[in-house]
Amino acid sequence: MSDVLDRPDIGHNADDHLKVVGTRPIRPDGADKVTGRAAYGADFNMPGQLVGKVLRSPHAHARIVSIDAKKARALPGVKAVITGADFPNLADEFHEGGEAASNLRDMAMNVIARDKALYHGHAVAAVAAISSAIADEALALINVTYEVLPHVVEVEDAMAEGAPLLHPRMFTEGLEAKPDKPSNVAKRNRIARGDLDAGFAAADVIVEGRYTTKATHQGYIEPHATVASWAADGQCNVWSSSQGQFMVRTYCAKVLGKEISDIRVTPAEIGGGFGGKTVIYLEPLALALSRESGHPVKMIMSREEVFRATGPTSGAVMHVRLGAKKDGTLTAADVELKYQAGAFPGSPVGAGSMTALACYDIPAFRITGYDVVTNTPKVAAYRAPGAPISAFAVESAMDDLALKLGIDPIALREKNAVHNGTKAAYGPTFQNIGYVETLQAIRDTEHYRTPLGPNQGRGMAVGFWFNVGGESTAAVNINEDGTAVVVTGNPDIGGSRASMAMMAAETLGIAVDKVRPMVADTASIGFSMLTGGSRTTFATGMAVVQSAEKVIAELKRRAALIWDVNVDHVMWKDGSAWCLDPAKADEKPLSLEAIAGQSARTGGPITGQTSLNAQGAGPGFAVHLCDVEIDPETGHVTVLRYSAAQDVGKAIHPAYVEGQIQGGVAQGVGWALNEEYIFDRDGHMENAGFLDYRVPVASDLPMIDAILVEVANPRHPFGAKGVGEAPIVPPLAAVANAVRRATGVRMADLPLSPPKIRAVLDAKGG
Amino acid sequence: MSQLDYLAPVTPEEAVRALGAAGARPMAGGTDLLVQLRAGRTRPDVIVDLKRIAGAIGVRQEAGGFVIGAATSGAVLGEHEALVKAWPGVIEAANLIGSTQVQGRATLAGNLCNASPAADSVPAMIAARATCVVVGPGGRREVPVEAICTAPGKTSLSPGEFVLEIKLPPRPARASDAYLRLIPRTEMDIAVAGAAVNLVLDAQGVITEAHVGLGAVAPTALLVPEAGQALVGSKLDEAALARLDAAARAACRPISDKRGTAEYRTKIAGVLARRAAAIAYKRAGGAA
Amino acid sequence: MSKTHVSTTINGDPVEFLADPGMTLLDALRDELELTGSKEGCGSGDCGACSVILDGRLVCSCLVLAPEAEGRRVETIEGLANGSRLHPLQQKFLEHAALQCGFCTPGLLMASKALLDANPDPTETEVRYWLAGNLCRCTGYDKIIRAVMDAAAELRQERV
Repeated sequence: MSDVLDRPDIGHNADDHLKVVGTRPIRPDGADKVTGRAAYGADFNMPGQLVGKVLRSPHAHARIVSIDAKKARALPGVKAVITGADFPNLADEFHEGGEAASNLRDMAMNVIARDKALYHGHAVAAVAAISSAIADEALALINVTYEVLPHVVEVEDAMAEGAPLLHPRMFTEGLEAKPDKPSNVAKRNRIARGDLDAGFAAADVIVEGRYTTKATHQGYIEPHATVASWAADGQCNVWSSSQGQFMVRTYCAKVLGKEISDIRVTPAEIGGGFGGKTVIYLEPLALALSRESGHPVKMIMSREEVFRATGPTSGAVMHVRLGAKKDGTLTAADVELKYQAGAFPGSPVGAGSMTALACYDIPAFRITGYDVVTNTPKVAAYRAPGAPISAFAVESAMDDLALKLGIDPIALREKNAVHNGTKAAYGPTFQNIGYVETLQAIRDTEHYRTPLGPNQGRGMAVGFWFNVGGESTAAVNINEDGTAVVVTGNPDIGGSRASMAMMAAETLGIAVDKVRPMVADTASIGFSMLTGGSRTTFATGMAVVQSAEKVIAELKRRAALIWDVNVDHVMWKDGSAWCLDPAKADEKPLSLEAIAGQSARTGGPITGQTSLNAQGAGPGFAVHLCDVEIDPETGHVTVLRYSAAQDVGKAIHPAYVEGQIQGGVAQGVGWALNEEYIFDRDGHMENAGFLDYRVPVASDLPMIDAILVEVANPRHPFGAKGVGEAPIVPPLAAVANAVRRATGVRMADLPLSPPKIRAVLDAKGG
Repeated sequence: MSQLDYLAPVTPEEAVRALGAAGARPMAGGTDLLVQLRAGRTRPDVIVDLKRIAGAIGVRQEAGGFVIGAATSGAVLGEHEALVKAWPGVIEAANLIGSTQVQGRATLAGNLCNASPAADSVPAMIAARATCVVVGPGGRREVPVEAICTAPGKTSLSPGEFVLEIKLPPRPARASDAYLRLIPRTEMDIAVAGAAVNLVLDAQGVITEAHVGLGAVAPTALLVPEAGQALVGSKLDEAALARLDAAARAACRPISDKRGTAEYRTKIAGVLARRAAAIAYKRAGGAA
Repeated sequence: MSKTHVSTTINGDPVEFLADPGMTLLDALRDELELTGSKEGCGSGDCGACSVILDGRLVCSCLVLAPEAEGRRVETIEGLANGSRLHPLQQKFLEHAALQCGFCTPGLLMASKALLDANPDPTETEVRYWLAGNLCRCTGYDKIIRAVMDAAAELRQERV
């Protein structure tokens, strides 16, 4: 029989059926996290472990002429010293990790420099010693001879004729013809449609601007940390804080030239990642030090190392030109994006290009992106990589267009909005999107109608993120007392254990506290791509639900055995099997607990496992509204109100969905107002600490109203779309547009720090 | 390898002896020293913790004024009602140093002797005409607060000397002070500029005495007599405020760095001086 | 380098340990006493993840030398719950979903406890400024502030 009750319903009117999904239970890992018991990267120890530390380049760009570690090795208590020579040289090989493709060769050279140090802080050597103090002393005894080379930090400087070259054999890809000279431009990408000249010719008004952003860091509070053991037989164990234990395993195997089966990675609790822990830094060094010393090795980065040597996102220079009719209809858009990649190719300019115009239906456009290497730390993914940067430029220009035409900024977005059936600028045709509903949600807020006072301004901006699916494995194991364990391979960064347990409980029809979620090590569950790209609740959640459905099928089979009926005559509802066989009308329902208790007699343990490659993640649209007040004498900006609406598909645990939105807003506000990498003339970061790299503190922000718009994604069992990344896309422009309306001046260079604002106010004659 | 030692003397004399050793550094709250130690910017052989010296933590009233022990944290100062009433500007400056956590440790004496040009409490102490009791091998001397810092990170203290106490003078009626600073965020930053104003009014609200201290606009915190004179004889009218702003700006000799440009710092010093003056005037009972 | 013997009280219990003179209280808690609930996010007093209460004062344990704990009372996250009964702050953090990654949570809880010990009825602005030394990169602070305000209200009820 086709039993609709077997499967949770989906779509707009499904909520009546839901008992668990959409509620706000306490997270299953909560008690450990409020009592200090949860074990993060630095909280784990192995017997006999050594302390590992890294020697980092003091130069932004230098040839490593020689490394003499004799004195360091001779120091009592030092057990190993390694350099780039202790690692195999890899060929180019691209690996799709979940947020962006990585070249494994570059990753290996970023882990430890070979012939050249490419940025200040680039790892050059590492030591393992019996104490932190001895390790520090050993670092000081390593004598590295450098030939200092000219360096380049800013993206346009790196593109300029005659700029110092980081990789002398790098020729720009993506051009019509291979260039005859190498350059720092790794790649040019282009997305275009329609007749651009005709589009601009048809425009009544044109707005244009140059926009810049600075490199910013993910700013997770937990520094990178790992403990690694390389046993005498070559088998390795790694404990580390990352966004993906399988990612760590794959990359370590590649960088060290090992077989994957020799490496087991156990995920620690992760103290924030935001994309920055989708790559490896310490793990291969710790493994190599363990191999050389014969001891487990523990390594923890200092905050300064985190800033100097781990991935920020790109600084960028952008040009935007928009043409529109008097009624606001866009006729053409020309967008040029130049993104810093750091020391190796791979800036998120591709995603920045694809998302730049994703909210708009424009007949003619051209988006050109440049991926540019610079003598700065290799960028890593940062929450919707690339999208906040291009959105800052496009949404600033859209606000100028709204001002120029005297059109309400929400109405201007509505007029040009993508809908279901619109072919997106980046290619696919949108389906089941909730963009105009999200615009309307912001228009409906009380915030939108609140009067503004003197020196205050209100800005709005929109943002887009694809969200991804990808490979995941999940298992649902029924315990003999009828409770369940859900096992996945995705580290829980922001409450995903709760959503996994909730989806399993909903599907099985049991209470959520009867389901305990586990994040397993790489030997205990099948492969899963990392936690990133806003994929976990969607893709891993889908694997959990399918596993639970397999369990239900098995539970029905067991009930049929117990009742001696055909399995087609068993229905699963509310956590019990119901007998539909008219001949056995007296049979009472069998609860999951009752079936589990008899499992030994009906065929053994009841489990379900699913591995899948999920497709059809619904894209996310975010619409933000921000009020600011400017102190005209000091240039200080206060964020007064902030509302953020987003199409989330279906919120599994609404509190953690709101939390994702609020957190994304806070990071975006920091990016807009105060966060930036500041480099001195030698290419050294001047503010490598939380004192002068100024992330927002509690008193900097108001309450952040998160508005959940639910337009279900039919590809997910409960309608979920990814939610974690879209919220960081609009804030840069939302804040800048609010400042524009408060001051009357367009500020196109982030961050909007007080000195810059006072300077433009002075120039304006205010 | 560093042979760092930790000593916690209980009398000033013991502390002087301990500080006589080569490489000895006094520690009050430790909120600057331990950061420098970790960053390798200082490598002392001995840390002499002043917190266990009798009287080092606490405030006593003496001859109408206040004597503040060198190891007294900002949190303790903020809880001393009489002190807050008499010197609200000095205490608000002390309480702006760092976070709540830092307030549990950081001290006026430490803030002074760390000799940062941007120290929040120093302009306020200078404007308050505070003095320091310095003890050392040569005995005890009392000097104005502004005599301590000579350059960024440098003090006039001789080897073995340390600040034992800070003294705030008695307050006449109709007197008050205020301190303001500008930081990019709302908390946790180092001042881009800071201004303290200390005023005494007569019964009619005319300013009879005014002292202005500026921070983060020169190699050391400044006492700006011209800025004080700009206010004396006025009821803080617009003209007086304009004179104050101009005098404050004229005294600035800032650098441009990651925290702000010289031009911005100068402008802000004038803005903050005006605003601090208005607050101090109101606190002193003047009709704003 | 000779180690210093330190006798102190941690979460009400007498504790003795040996410390290098330059060791911070945070390192002593984590490495010598296996109290790893206090976290190191910066080592410079800028993030608050290592917050503990020392003789009734909220401090960053990374800015306290371990020998300074001699004869003092130290309260850490491991002592916040009353046995297996969570402190109202811990309970409210869970109910309000005031944590995501949870790394800053021990420090925020200790800072919030110190706040409510000193001020049982804080305004939102007072909570925000008191907690400005505790960085959280996940939540945007919204739910943390609500949890603290709610816990304060509950504690006031309990006192009545």
